[in-house]
Amino acid sequence: MSLVEIKNLKVHYPIRSGFWNRITDEVPAVDGISFNIEAGETYGLVGESGSGKSTTGKSVVGLEKVTSGQILYNGHDITRRNNRRKLDYNHDVQMIFQDSLSSLNPRKRIEDIIAEPLRNFEHLSKQDEKLRVLQLLDIVGLDADALYKYPHQFSGGQRQRIGVARAVATNPKLIIADEPVSALDLSVQAQVLNFMKKIQRDFGISYLFISHDLGVVRHMCTNLAIMNRGRLVEIGTCDDIYNHPLHIYTKRLLAAIPRTDVSQRAAHRASRLAVEEIYREQQDKYYDDNGRAYPLVAVSPTHQVALPPDIAQQLAHQESEADV
Amino acid sequence: MENATNFLNIQDVSTAFKINGRFYDAISHINLQVHRDEIMAIVGESGCGKSTLATTIMGLHDPAETKTSGVIDFEGTDLLQLSDDQYNDYRGAKIGMIFQDPLSALNPLKRVEDQISEVMDYHSDLSRDAKHARVLELLDQVGIVAPKRTARQFPHELSGGMRQRVIIAIAIACKPDLIIAYEPTTALDVTIQAQILDVLRAIQQENHAGIILITHDLGVVAETADRVAVMYAGQIVEEGSAEQIFTTPQHPYTRSLLRSMPQRENENDDLYVIQGNVPSLQRMPQGGDRFAPRIPWVPQSAHEAEPTMHTVAPGHSVRCTCYKVFTFPDQQKGPVTP
Amino acid sequence: MWKTILRRVLIMIPEVIILSILVFLLAKAMPGDPFTGSINPKADPAQIHHLMKINGLYDPWYQQYWNWVVHLFHGNLGNSYQYQEPVTRLISSRAANTLWLALLTMVLTYALALPMGVFAGRHEGKLPDTVIRVYTYVTYCIPFFVILVIGIWIFGYVLGWFPTTGSISADATSGFKSIWSRAYHILLPAILGALFSTVNIVQYLRSEVIDAKRSDYVRTARSKGVPNKDVYRHHIFRNSLLPIAAFAGYSITGLLNGSIFTETVFSYPGMGLLFVNSISYRDYTVITALVLIYGILNLLGTLLSDIILSIVDPRIRIE
Repeated sequence: MSLVEIKNLKVHYPIRSGFWNRITDEVPAVDGISFNIEAGETYGLVGESGSGKSTTGKSVVGLEKVTSGQILYNGHDITRRNNRRKLDYNHDVQMIFQDSLSSLNPRKRIEDIIAEPLRNFEHLSKQDEKLRVLQLLDIVGLDADALYKYPHQFSGGQRQRIGVARAVATNPKLIIADEPVSALDLSVQAQVLNFMKKIQRDFGISYLFISHDLGVVRHMCTNLAIMNRGRLVEIGTCDDIYNHPLHIYTKRLLAAIPRTDVSQRAAHRASRLAVEEIYREQQDKYYDDNGRAYPLVAVSPTHQVALPPDIAQQLAHQESEADV
Repeated sequence: MENATNFLNIQDVSTAFKINGRFYDAISHINLQVHRDEIMAIVGESGCGKSTLATTIMGLHDPAETKTSGVIDFEGTDLLQLSDDQYNDYRGAKIGMIFQDPLSALNPLKRVEDQISEVMDYHSDLSRDAKHARVLELLDQVGIVAPKRTARQFPHELSGGMRQRVIIAIAIACKPDLIIAYEPTTALDVTIQAQILDVLRAIQQENHAGIILITHDLGVVAETADRVAVMYAGQIVEEGSAEQIFTTPQHPYTRSLLRSMPQRENENDDLYVIQGNVPSLQRMPQGGDRFAPRIPWVPQSAHEAEPTMHTVAPGHSVRCTCYKVFTFPDQQKGPVTP
Repeated sequence: MWKTILRRVLIMIPEVIILSILVFLLAKAMPGDPFTGSINPKADPAQIHHLMKINGLYDPWYQQYWNWVVHLFHGNLGNSYQYQEPVTRLISSRAANTLWLALLTMVLTYALALPMGVFAGRHEGKLPDTVIRVYTYVTYCIPFFVILVIGIWIFGYVLGWFPTTGSISADATSGFKSIWSRAYHILLPAILGALFSTVNIVQYLRSEVIDAKRSDYVRTARSKGVPNKDVYRHHIFRNSLLPIAAFAGYSITGLLNGSIFTETVFSYPGMGLLFVNSISYRDYTVITALVLIYGILNLLGTLLSDIILSIVDPRIRIE
């Protein structure tokens, strides 16, 4: 059994309009998605802004009202509030946010910020609590004098590590990381990513790693899902997605990643424009009449793509032939 | 191609900000030439001074709070000697600037059309109708699908990508010779980013403009720049063609940055982390190699006392001599010999 | 646009109903009755009892409320117990006084506050800014009635420039003379009221201007080559004045509340003075009528602010 199983999750936002502000329509922010997160793995969720990836993340933490579908955590549906309470779910699942400055209370000291989840869940004595906070600061590589400082006294990378320290304070089983490094400089990003990997090795934490940056996701994840307009268009291992993409949207995303091999610049650009061209011409084939992505079908034990089964098989076949 | 000296030639430019009554250098002794028809990228992390360089060229600093020295020779005029009024003949007309964060860079209370035609109000004597036509033409040029509709809209009604296109339209409205693009794609999705960079490149080719592309994103640089200057702690530490910088980087900082990027090759390894932090303005090391504290294993004798730029190949230069002996700690075979 | 305003007005209906019930109940809850001691200190309690009865004061509250509302719709707010005349007439004769005073105060407030706020923001940290800030701090920390008393003392008694009581001189009877006399009487209270109410606007506007000066869109405007004075005119002032414009509605309500002080100190025969007098005489009918009017004016002020804001700010505008 997987740690987390998301089954046909839907989150719809109401649109109000008219004179009485009645709900007249709904926007499907998340429109029926399913995937599993295994214990100890980093699962990547990739998409552009407005794709619904953050809404998915918030639903998994329980911050979003789920319209329908299930989120099973160790087999229990946590979309129901009393299940979350019974399972101590909020203790086991934590979140890291993109904007570390606005997600840390500016009027609280680091000690109180990191101790907050401990106070909510662990009820330690004052001394034990302080010891634990110091331990956490040590894990994220900050000195003890950080205890009495305020968030604005740290650099972006340090703040992000404080956010991580707070998230791991309760020894969670799962951390939802929503764009955890997209506001950071390269060298600081490297620090935070290394650190996230380290605590995963040490404590066996699973991550749901939400990002728009395909380079970072490849570095961090074993499996990933590509999300587009509230639906998943492709699921697979890193090898499946990066080396054998089948859905046109995935191909388009991959083609748009900037490459650092300057000598291949012209070729890379040409291939990107070619993919764009194909995307414009053929995107109807990849979405149904309402513009929704098709249900996922498996083309290999690990690889699923959102296409009618016959087309999927045909594409997968072509892909494997091209490979040989 | 015009001679470098009569396009943009930045000589020994320093800009200092007043903090608690004292002036601190944000950029020191910058020397840089930009040609027509090229994209010159300036790369560096936050705090390296790249934004100060941009605003210094644009003359956007409050003279009471800043001190600028040196020469910015643009088409034969030293911009730093101009009065504010004289500068206004350059800003928007001959030099256009594209800003990051397109939501806050647009006035929330003015329609797109008014914001674009405002540039022309001051730098052209076009009639109202001509300006309107030009606005539609510009919006079309930057890839907006329904120019007429967008022109009437307010910034909050547009998506991030569309706002960025409007910002570009403002910058190119008067066909400037020099365009400064400050993090033009940071807030955007990759597919939009690629499109925006295409637009920039097309405009540059059409107007024969010189572009200064300021960014922290090495991928964007590798995709678009002709030449690259890498900045660290207010100084240029390496300069060369994009090919030189990405295939044969010399300065320890450049090499460290490239190694900290997640790439195919280091998929399962830890990323390289540069020790220490970028120094703040008040704590900038004075004298010596400013990057030395972050590579402490390189012996002091390998650094110059007053680092200067050394030419390592035609068009490729690097600051300080330490690059000659620099190796990463995990790649050292024996003890480092100076 | 009209739909938004109409919806906003409709929301006011339940607000007014709730307000009227509250006003009515509060008036009822006040201790004492309007007759004891006011007719004749030795009046027979039985007679007072009789008066209370014929005035319906022993009925259940909802019935009294209903009677009151029915009368309200006939323009009948009852008779003042104190003055023995219809409340409607009593109030309408004073409403104009209050209205003129409020209007002049408001005009003076904005005439003083806008230039001060803009000037202070533009020259942030320099001498004029410091002077204006000291002025706002001083007026902010002195209570309003103290300002009034000091003002009367200096300008009314020491310098003798302005009259200190009433709304018109006894000898001003003919047309022009009476208008002049009225204006002359409200000038000092209006100036003092304006001096007091500038504080918030000045400080708010100042910080708006300072924020706008540093905003990214102003930097964009400068990089377009827009001259400094036009940057201020087209971008900074315009954008920082908008929230102030929306303040106008609220500031009306502020002035009405302030009129209670001003009119009392100046013995100026407006609604504020009437209110204070009615409270001391437990003149329920007048109190309820006035609180209701003040409450409705407050709601109207808020409505006005919302409407102004939705007109001037495209981000709120609903097509």
